[in-house]
Amino acid sequence: MPSYSHTIGGQTWRFDTLAQLMAKATPERSGDHLAGIAAIDAEERAAAQLALADLPLAAFLHDAVVPYEDDEVTRLIIDTHDARAFAPVAHLTVGGFRDWLLSDATDGAALEALAPGLTPEMVAATSKICRNQDLILIARKVRVTTRFRNTLGLPGRLSTRLQPNHPTDDPAGIAASILDGLMFGNGDAIIGINPASDSLPAATRLLHMLDEVIARYDIPTQSCVLTHVTNSIELIRRDVPVDIVFQSVAGTQAANSSFGIDLALLAEGRAAALSQGRGTLGDNVMYLETGQGSALSANAHHGVDQQTLEARAYAVARTCKPLLVNSVVGFIGPEYLYDGRQIIRAGLEDHFCGKLLGLPMGCDICYTNHAEADQDDMDNLLTLLGVAGITFIMGIPGSDDVMLNYQTTSFHDALYARKVLGLRPAPEFEAWLQQHGIFDAQGRMADELPSMFRQAITGAA
Amino acid sequence: MTRSDVTPTPWTALRGLTPARIALGRAGSSLPTAPHLEFQLAHARARKAVHLGLDLPALQADLAGLELPMQTVASAATDRAMYLQRPDLGRQLDRASRDAIAAPEGGCDLAIVIADGLSALAIQSNAASFLSLVVPMLRQMGLTLGPPTIATQARVAIGDEIGASLRARMVLVLIGERPGLSSPDSMGLYLTHDPKPGRTDEARNCISNVRAAGLSYPEAAQKLIFLITQARKLGLTGIHLKDEAEPLAAIEPRRNFLIE
Repeated sequence: MPSYSHTIGGQTWRFDTLAQLMAKATPERSGDHLAGIAAIDAEERAAAQLALADLPLAAFLHDAVVPYEDDEVTRLIIDTHDARAFAPVAHLTVGGFRDWLLSDATDGAALEALAPGLTPEMVAATSKICRNQDLILIARKVRVTTRFRNTLGLPGRLSTRLQPNHPTDDPAGIAASILDGLMFGNGDAIIGINPASDSLPAATRLLHMLDEVIARYDIPTQSCVLTHVTNSIELIRRDVPVDIVFQSVAGTQAANSSFGIDLALLAEGRAAALSQGRGTLGDNVMYLETGQGSALSANAHHGVDQQTLEARAYAVARTCKPLLVNSVVGFIGPEYLYDGRQIIRAGLEDHFCGKLLGLPMGCDICYTNHAEADQDDMDNLLTLLGVAGITFIMGIPGSDDVMLNYQTTSFHDALYARKVLGLRPAPEFEAWLQQHGIFDAQGRMADELPSMFRQAITGAA
Repeated sequence: MTRSDVTPTPWTALRGLTPARIALGRAGSSLPTAPHLEFQLAHARARKAVHLGLDLPALQADLAGLELPMQTVASAATDRAMYLQRPDLGRQLDRASRDAIAAPEGGCDLAIVIADGLSALAIQSNAASFLSLVVPMLRQMGLTLGPPTIATQARVAIGDEIGASLRARMVLVLIGERPGLSSPDSMGLYLTHDPKPGRTDEARNCISNVRAAGLSYPEAAQKLIFLITQARKLGLTGIHLKDEAEPLAAIEPRRNFLIE
């Protein structure tokens, strides 16, 4: 096994393994301290970054951070690597690759062609030697477009998942949040419910309800109940209308196993969704969620830092050709991302890595009440990710998820980001908003209640 | 009369349908001052709930009506700061607790663990009332119950070690969930068959949001009894045990005004 070192002014810093080098080079976060793999101090971290910058990209094809024999995610990464796509950067080091990415000659088309030639470890390593502005500038070059009933990820667009969660899955309560969100122009990425109850009858009721709402108002969007992939497969078998199959995924086989999934099961879930043929514009039929720290949380991290493992989750995700991938960045808690500063950095890293690997990345810009973070931190990350060209964010009433007990971006927040950055919803959804008088021709909220909903609201009151 | 810069959202009538913060109005397209500052206050209160300690004497008094021998244990996390940053320690018993636990003769069918988790308030408000409803049901099913164990600075997985020590065939953990802005008192229930250290989440079934304004005690109890019955039949819990429990007939969901 090769070892890695860097000498500065007579002092040699040595790193025994690639995993150790990556862990020491990664920007500080509590989860890597929890795992006992973080750099001792900022100087050791800087030395590791210098050593990492000198490493040839090709080295990642020969030295795995998680052993090939032990882990199907490593096997997936190595066995599906596209050498021809990799060729334009095959001669570069990690540091040289950062410069190449920043170069004006490298555009979106080049990055799209490169994606199958990149491994998660290559992009994770590069992110570790990037400043926040590099993560923003480079990610902004990448465009990933996906389709089901509308078109997501186009330039100048910012979409939202409308998340109408309710503590008891009450249909009227969920409908109230859906209406609130639609009136604020949210819900073009998906209307996705985290069910309070994981029962099949509950999911069945919610899916029928979402299907009816989308059909009744002819909304160019899709729905999802975020339940385990095995539940979705069973629901499809029972002919329940499932638009999009959801699953949480992680970057090691053992972590995925703790979620009750493997690559074969994900493929089965995708095939089940495709079998329904419910998409009108495209066949991106999966919604995946990830988050730094999930592998450590499942005691399945193999001594690899949480940011590298998160990037490996994207290798799993890209096998599914997903409609949406969501890094739920601040949900996991302060033992993994301690405060606003760490959450912001992680959100930018995840978006950067996901986009370079060819994924339609969104971010649940969020925090819990036991983390050292607040609304100002979320405003900062929202603005930064908006500039970076994020595909979608969450939209919930007043930033308060009353079922999952955490805070994420609100319907108002999405309109703020669109306003200051000149961004618009997905084109089909935007046309629907204007056609029904929810937004005016300038894309502003109408002052009057649209006639389409007037009767429903009167009837409910 | 001066024109207000706050544009109302004319569906305030829907507010009664959900605890979610809907129909907040808008200033431009942004959050008006009043709901913005209300949120800041709620956040400050939720932060306080995270750091509140469990009132053990009060909880023990509330649980006395169950007429079961009780025990109290502590995790290896010695204080709140350590608990928040070291989940591994919150999953283990400290040495004194480990030595103190003794298994009943022949083990038991079900061990009950009452853990503070991230909200002692949730446990203080819900645990005793919920158990006074459920324990008679469990007895009626003929289950032998281990001594209810109160665990402080504890995470869900501490139930695995406690269950194993009590030679329990199943463990039920009642735990304070992370406090939300509008729900600082939400309790979770986790059921694990054949508990032993090293179990992960795919081996558990969870019932969430048990509290006065969330999932009611009778509903939560009905789901729990369903899961326990199935777990005993199948010899497992977790992702292969699907929650097929129908909602109680008495609780009719309100109609969905968007489609009816």
